Amino acid sequence: MLKHFITLQWKSFFRAASLKSNLAIKILTIFMALYLIVVFIGAGIGIYYLIEKAEIGNPFDVINKYMIYYIVGDLFFRYMLQKMPVTNIKPLLYLPFKKNQIVHFSLGKTILSFFNWTHAFFFIPFSIILITKDYSVLGVISWHLAMITIIFSNNFINILANNKDSIFYPTIALFAVLGLCQYFQVFDITIYTAILFDSFYSIPWSVLIMVSFVIGLYYATFHFFKRNMYLDAGLKTKQTIAKTEDLSWLNRFGNLGTFLKNDIKLIKRNKRSRMSVIMSFAFIFYGFLFFSNSISVYEGPVWKIFAGIFISGGFLFSFGQFVPSWDSSYYPLMMSQNIKYKEYLNSKWYLMVIATLVSTVIASFYLYFGVDAYLAIIVGGIYNIGINSYMVLLGGAFIKTPIDLTSSKKAFGDKQSFNLKTMLLTLPKLVLPLIIYALGHYLINPTAGYLFVALSGIIGFAFKNYMFKKIEQVYKKEKYKTLAAYKQTN
Amino acid sequence: MITAKNLTKSYGKTTVLNIENLEIPKGQSFGLVGNNGAGKTTFFSLLLDLIEPTTGHIKNNGIKVDNSEDWKPFTAAFIDETFLIGYLTAEEYFYFIGELRGQNKADVNALLSNFTDFFHGEILGQSKYLRDLSKGNQKKAGIVASFIGNPEVVILDEPFANLDPTTQIRLKGIIKDLATNQNITVLVSSHDLIHVTEVCERIVVLNKGEIVKDIETSAETLKELEVFFAG
Repeated sequence: MLKHFITLQWKSFFRAASLKSNLAIKILTIFMALYLIVVFIGAGIGIYYLIEKAEIGNPFDVINKYMIYYIVGDLFFRYMLQKMPVTNIKPLLYLPFKKNQIVHFSLGKTILSFFNWTHAFFFIPFSIILITKDYSVLGVISWHLAMITIIFSNNFINILANNKDSIFYPTIALFAVLGLCQYFQVFDITIYTAILFDSFYSIPWSVLIMVSFVIGLYYATFHFFKRNMYLDAGLKTKQTIAKTEDLSWLNRFGNLGTFLKNDIKLIKRNKRSRMSVIMSFAFIFYGFLFFSNSISVYEGPVWKIFAGIFISGGFLFSFGQFVPSWDSSYYPLMMSQNIKYKEYLNSKWYLMVIATLVSTVIASFYLYFGVDAYLAIIVGGIYNIGINSYMVLLGGAFIKTPIDLTSSKKAFGDKQSFNLKTMLLTLPKLVLPLIIYALGHYLINPTAGYLFVALSGIIGFAFKNYMFKKIEQVYKKEKYKTLAAYKQTN
Repeated sequence: MITAKNLTKSYGKTTVLNIENLEIPKGQSFGLVGNNGAGKTTFFSLLLDLIEPTTGHIKNNGIKVDNSEDWKPFTAAFIDETFLIGYLTAEEYFYFIGELRGQNKADVNALLSNFTDFFHGEILGQSKYLRDLSKGNQKKAGIVASFIGNPEVVILDEPFANLDPTTQIRLKGIIKDLATNQNITVLVSSHDLIHVTEVCERIVVLNKGEIVKDIETSAETLKELEVFFAG
């Protein structure tokens, strides 16, 4: 029985369409994983000495103190990224497999997930260091086991809480508030949680509680899963209650309005696209890394423009570069309908321009870091509107990865939304303005640098009609290839 | 209305469609039958310029479809679910298509009111997005959307598949009406010989990409087709 499951799993992995087409991305993912492993091992070995050197207390105590945030952080990333084990269950349901076996296998599969064993790279070296520092061996083993059980508890909690945003976001918000309270020394939750984590060391048998807890949790998940293993329960694809929206105030924009209405609905009603908007909002805060001078690499004057481009252009990059791809699931309709490319592209362009303007306005709080900082953002915004908006539309014509809007795959960190070509296309969008700025900055003065970048944006803006004609030609040329590519959804 | 000349489509060495000459006059209801892989959908995709012909061309009302886009205003189609926008409700979808074809809400509503029977209360006013409708209901929405904006050519790929018997009967009535009363050229493909013979004035049989029969429908047509496909 298990043999069947494993061969199915094997085939589904090696025959996946994405494996064949995107070898480069697979390799990149492996590198990412390796990188993470190295970081974890490095942290596991180094953190003891780092804390010791920083003299903020006994390293083991410090770790226990902040462990609660580590665990919540782990839960956060799982919720965002870890895939649920429900996929591929449907075809098994009516075959002569016992339901228990299917559930055990599906849950067992999650135990082997990268999200679980990656922590071992941190905890194992750290525990070894603890032992070499004359901590009690029994205590360390007990503590180590407790951490493993907590990680696995997270694994099952994540399955139980899957897609329950109403629980997830308040929990995250609660811990964010607690973190802030601690930072401003209002209330320190870690005083209480540290005792808990420390007790796994000081009272070795206490780990047994955790072990029985995780076993209990496994069975709770098991029963939850089994009870819901019906097509109209747990395996049901989520349906949202639809509301017909009018948005007729957009009618004044004529044909453009027709597309804008559609695009707004596209963004509002699909997880994938909503995620890209959230991402672009996150980009606004990216600038803190640059302007707060907390990272020394970013202190060069040129980096300000870099930050400005990113802060104002989050939406442009996260949404814009997949422009025809957002419509991939109904591209044949668009191509046989009475649609002019120009209007279609124009609507996307306006969306990006509006989003860039909004981001620029929201980012006005960067004035706190000085007029200079905000000027960089405004200049970045002008460049985004004048040049990058075309680059992004042009790039979209070549990307051709179909986007499954309804896919339950997590949008963020998905292989589909990240490929080598998009990376390469991003570079000129970011490097070119830096060079332009550097020319002005080093040849004349910083103000000239800003002027140069802004001017190139304005010139680009002036050539809009010409640029659109060129982009239209590319889209037309690529039409059949794009249609064929969009047909190949996994 | 539609002419195909020396039209072929090949993938590598396999030719999936090879039509030397085909003419479909205006207002004809035209049926395309054939087994799986006979080239029906390929022909429709070529007609809609969704794939590129290897040789030859199709003209729709004198316009070469792969050269100019001027055929789009008077041509409408429903091929498969890629012609639906999943995240819209049925109404929003109809209005969207309407706006693309220069019809305001009132025009679209007037048209939709003719299809209340056809929809059987399962399309309009539902709190569901198109992606959450059943296959049959999706098809109903897609078919009706292709009637919006007074098209002169309507292309329907397998319109009867997935529909319930009542809807099939109603759809037959609608298609007949389009061709006879409104002078619309209707192209329909189907696996169901009974349906096509009832609906279409002319039936073309495709086999492995080639036209093997071109029949004006008569009382004997169904027999003839059955004999052919029983092979």
